[in-house]
Amino acid sequence: MDTRYSETIAAISTAVSSSGIGIVRMTGEDAFEIADQVYIGKKHKKLINQKSHTIHYGYIEDEGKTIDEVLVMLMKGPHSYTGEDTVEINCHGGVYVVKKILETLIKYGARPAEPGEFTKRAYLNGRMDLSQAEAVGDIISSQNEYARQSSVSQLKGSIRKKIDEIRKEIIHHTAFIETALDDPEHISIDGYGDELKTVVDRLLGEIEYLLSTCESGRIIKEGINTVIVGKPNAGKSSLLNALLGEERAIVTDIAGTTRDILEENINLQGISLNIMDTAGIRNTDDVVEKIGVDKARDNIEKADLILYVIDSSCPLDENDREIFHMIMGKKSIILLNKSDLQAVVREEDVLNELNLAEKSRESIDCKTFDGKSTGIIEISAKNQYGINDLEEMLKTMFFEGNISFNNEIYITNVRHKTALNDAYQSLCKVNESIMMNMPEDFYSIDLMDAYESLGSITGETIGEDLVNEIFSKFCMGK
Amino acid sequence: MKYSANSVWVNNDKYDVVVIGAGHAGCEAALASARLGFKTIIFTVSVDSVALMPCNPNIGGSSKGHLVREIDALGGEMGKVIDRTFIQSKMLNKSKGPAVHSLRAQADKALYSRTMRQVLEDEKNIEIKQTEVVKLLVEDNKIVGVQILSGAIYHCQAVILCTGTYLKARCIYGEVSTNTGPNGLQAANYLTDSLRELGIKMYRFKTGTPARIDRNTVDFSKMEEQFGDERVMPFSFATNPEDVQIDQVSCWLTYTNEQTHNIIKRNLDRSPLFSGMIEGTGPRYCPSIEDKVVKFADKERHQVFIEPEGLETNEMYIGGMSSSLPEDVQYKMYRTVPGLENVRIVRNAYAIEYDCIDARQLKPSLEFKNIDGLFSGGQFNGSSGYEEAAAQGLIAGINAARKIKNLPPFLLDRSEAYIGVLIDDLVTKESHEPYRMMTSRAEYRLLLRQDNADQRLSKKGYELGLISKERYERLELKEKLINEEIERLKHVTVGTGDAVQELLKECGSTPLNSGSTMVDLIRRPELSYELLKSIDIHRPAFPVELEEEVIEQVNIAIKYDGYIKRQKKQVEQFKKLENKKIPKNIDYDKIKSLRIEAQQKLKEYQPISIGQASRISGVSPADISVLLVYLEEMTRTE
Repeated sequence: MDTRYSETIAAISTAVSSSGIGIVRMTGEDAFEIADQVYIGKKHKKLINQKSHTIHYGYIEDEGKTIDEVLVMLMKGPHSYTGEDTVEINCHGGVYVVKKILETLIKYGARPAEPGEFTKRAYLNGRMDLSQAEAVGDIISSQNEYARQSSVSQLKGSIRKKIDEIRKEIIHHTAFIETALDDPEHISIDGYGDELKTVVDRLLGEIEYLLSTCESGRIIKEGINTVIVGKPNAGKSSLLNALLGEERAIVTDIAGTTRDILEENINLQGISLNIMDTAGIRNTDDVVEKIGVDKARDNIEKADLILYVIDSSCPLDENDREIFHMIMGKKSIILLNKSDLQAVVREEDVLNELNLAEKSRESIDCKTFDGKSTGIIEISAKNQYGINDLEEMLKTMFFEGNISFNNEIYITNVRHKTALNDAYQSLCKVNESIMMNMPEDFYSIDLMDAYESLGSITGETIGEDLVNEIFSKFCMGK
Repeated sequence: MKYSANSVWVNNDKYDVVVIGAGHAGCEAALASARLGFKTIIFTVSVDSVALMPCNPNIGGSSKGHLVREIDALGGEMGKVIDRTFIQSKMLNKSKGPAVHSLRAQADKALYSRTMRQVLEDEKNIEIKQTEVVKLLVEDNKIVGVQILSGAIYHCQAVILCTGTYLKARCIYGEVSTNTGPNGLQAANYLTDSLRELGIKMYRFKTGTPARIDRNTVDFSKMEEQFGDERVMPFSFATNPEDVQIDQVSCWLTYTNEQTHNIIKRNLDRSPLFSGMIEGTGPRYCPSIEDKVVKFADKERHQVFIEPEGLETNEMYIGGMSSSLPEDVQYKMYRTVPGLENVRIVRNAYAIEYDCIDARQLKPSLEFKNIDGLFSGGQFNGSSGYEEAAAQGLIAGINAARKIKNLPPFLLDRSEAYIGVLIDDLVTKESHEPYRMMTSRAEYRLLLRQDNADQRLSKKGYELGLISKERYERLELKEKLINEEIERLKHVTVGTGDAVQELLKECGSTPLNSGSTMVDLIRRPELSYELLKSIDIHRPAFPVELEEEVIEQVNIAIKYDGYIKRQKKQVEQFKKLENKKIPKNIDYDKIKSLRIEAQQKLKEYQPISIGQASRISGVSPADISVLLVYLEEMTRTE
């Protein structure tokens, strides 16, 4: 289904975490029709026939497979938040379920909402006060800025490269066709379809592969941003290696931007973590090392979760105190490593340090020590001891909602997937045109659609690309 | 050069519109404003050079043919004149889809020029005067008249600048440089300074043309003959197709070779382009032969078309080999080409530099944003090509007239016409080279076909007052016949009888398993409306003069129905943004959520609609959303 021009939009409107319930919201003229395609209620009741502002119990299904048990709330325009027909699907939280429901709605004709789009519609449909106009503008621009950043920066380097390659091929072939059409007496493209079909078939395969990576959430660096910190030789790297043990899924390995930070994406009990191993933190005059340390501080600031590794066989020192200060107010797990050796540092010492850090902190910026957000575990990374406890603690924190990640990333992934799908469909149309013996100029229409869809993933527009490609690669007459 | 005259007199004859330049833009501009009822004076540096074709001797070609038909559908003149003066005609891309079929005709240049001049002379509201305009007279940001070389002042209500390549023109080949316009004609050296004084931003562009050679020195036996179409299609919807079935002349195809390329490479240091003597920006789509040899070094040969310049001259044009190399190198390189071994050059190839404007200073109506009543069109706006020029001239002429009448401007958008794409690109996108029309620039090209230009635009031409009632009624009848016939075909079913299967077999089409509608059969690539005639017994008879056109439209509408519907859907989306107009008094500084870059760009461009704003580079979709919210606030406050 060609969803590109659909005016019905959908988004996840609760934070994507494993806690509580999740709400997927859809608004626009086809909202009820789309909902009816996936909603199974009692006695086959149709949502479109129901009264506004009512709640309906049922299931969301796709091709006979149940996704979740849900409550669906209906609001007919203009009496809804956006002023348009709106459907809210309340489901059982859970990252997988919420995402799946959103994807299903998109499959049946909705498109992923642009950042701030619900608010924009509410305003444009007169559902918001005039005085809120400026705020609406701010929401749109800030959310877009965030989405733009996350969509481009979260896109994996290797994926980006692949998409760029596919786009390059598409534009090249389109430019060739267009040059020939523009200058038919110089260039002939009779029979070009056969050649193009081989290319398109290959590109379809590549996009299919991208879609499958997308399915497993690997197209963007989706997950909880986790930073491992500690003094040099505290055992950070061993911890990482322990977490990356053979039985676990290593999703990718991306070299960090500095030589001192390594980034890994791992999946622990269904929870996806982006783990960054940082340089050991200590006061140093070495310039290169200092850069690594500054970078580590920076990463702590941005992290969703911190794993602080302490060498329990050495006494705490100034450098540790520095780190305690840095992690104040952040969700963190403190790991007393080297439990296989004689312990010098105990849990009490750590709590003590935390309290001290909190006090000195309070006077500066009032951040308070939140006992709930910090856990302490004894481990031996070397012997894999305590790793299970760590996993359990991570799980608990996640399911209790103590750690979560921004749902914008999820939306980004859904948007990317939609765009890949659109590109796939467009290329299929190219093949159809070739097989139907349509004239060559029809190919370029769908080729350019595919080019545009893929560009929306990497944040690029068409602009003058085609004309530039024509002029730079092909010799025009006259 | 700054103009100063001692004696100034005012010509008190009354003029409404002044057109500066009588090239392809100027002629259409003057004709449009005159036909819309305004006294129009057209100034030219040479009355003998009205509608001159200083470069290639043809009209039309890919996408340019579309422009000519659109001009015609709106009541312009170019199509009619070429129909009367062509000497060969071809429909290009015939084996491709209907969207890229393009008509191209070789013109008898001298006859074309004389014929167009006659059209101007026959128009009662037009007066032609040979002189150079030296200054624009502007009061309170409103045009009030012009001053000519003699010092005389002409008052008027609107001015249309169509100066082509004449402003501070300089022609160059090798070390030779002359301050002349094309064909050695006098350049216009004063006007640029007057424009600059008015705050208009100027560019300097460059283009070039190949040599003209003497037919008697060409050995055609070494070339491939290129014929015109057997059945010629006229450009103008008003021309009777029977009138264009003439005896045509041939063009000739030959090629450059390694020897040619060696001569060029050895002499590159003597090219003014490479030595830096030329400062203007040249077009990438129309490279000189030296450009091609350098840029596409791996190509062993380039095509060369030898085209007649007219029936009453021996001069021929060397298509594909424009150059600015020195004269001796030109002789050497042309003489390496098979068939040109003994060629004599009548006019040397040359490059030409000229002043033009950054067209982003214009509104889509082609009126200057900052000067009321000042319009411009053609190469002066940074475009290239006769057809692009004529299209803009027509729109500028129409809008000058509407301005005087106090009517809203006549605008075409990107979904309505190539003319819309052309003007939108010119006024919205930054360009560093002369702009050329291409079918790939039109995103809705399946809808903007040359065959349906009349259906798209003639109603507008009629409403403007440039298309006769008779012609409009003919169009209405044509549309009625097309629609009725398609409707009928949808309901005609054919069975699996012998006659049907036999016919399908004959046409190389799969036989039917069960009944089918006529529409489904026509849709098959190997079949067509005409081919199925024998099994469609109740087919109506169409009026002879419309038959060809109706059948063509029926075929296209049925065969490409799916694609056409898709583009129509896209157009609907496009129109939504195009129809959201931005009020003139908008203050972008007040919109706090806009990014600074977007704010600056919007202030600079002053787009007329959200659609236009969205095409400005540097304005993001988020900025557009912010803008929409702000516009809503403005309307609610009012």
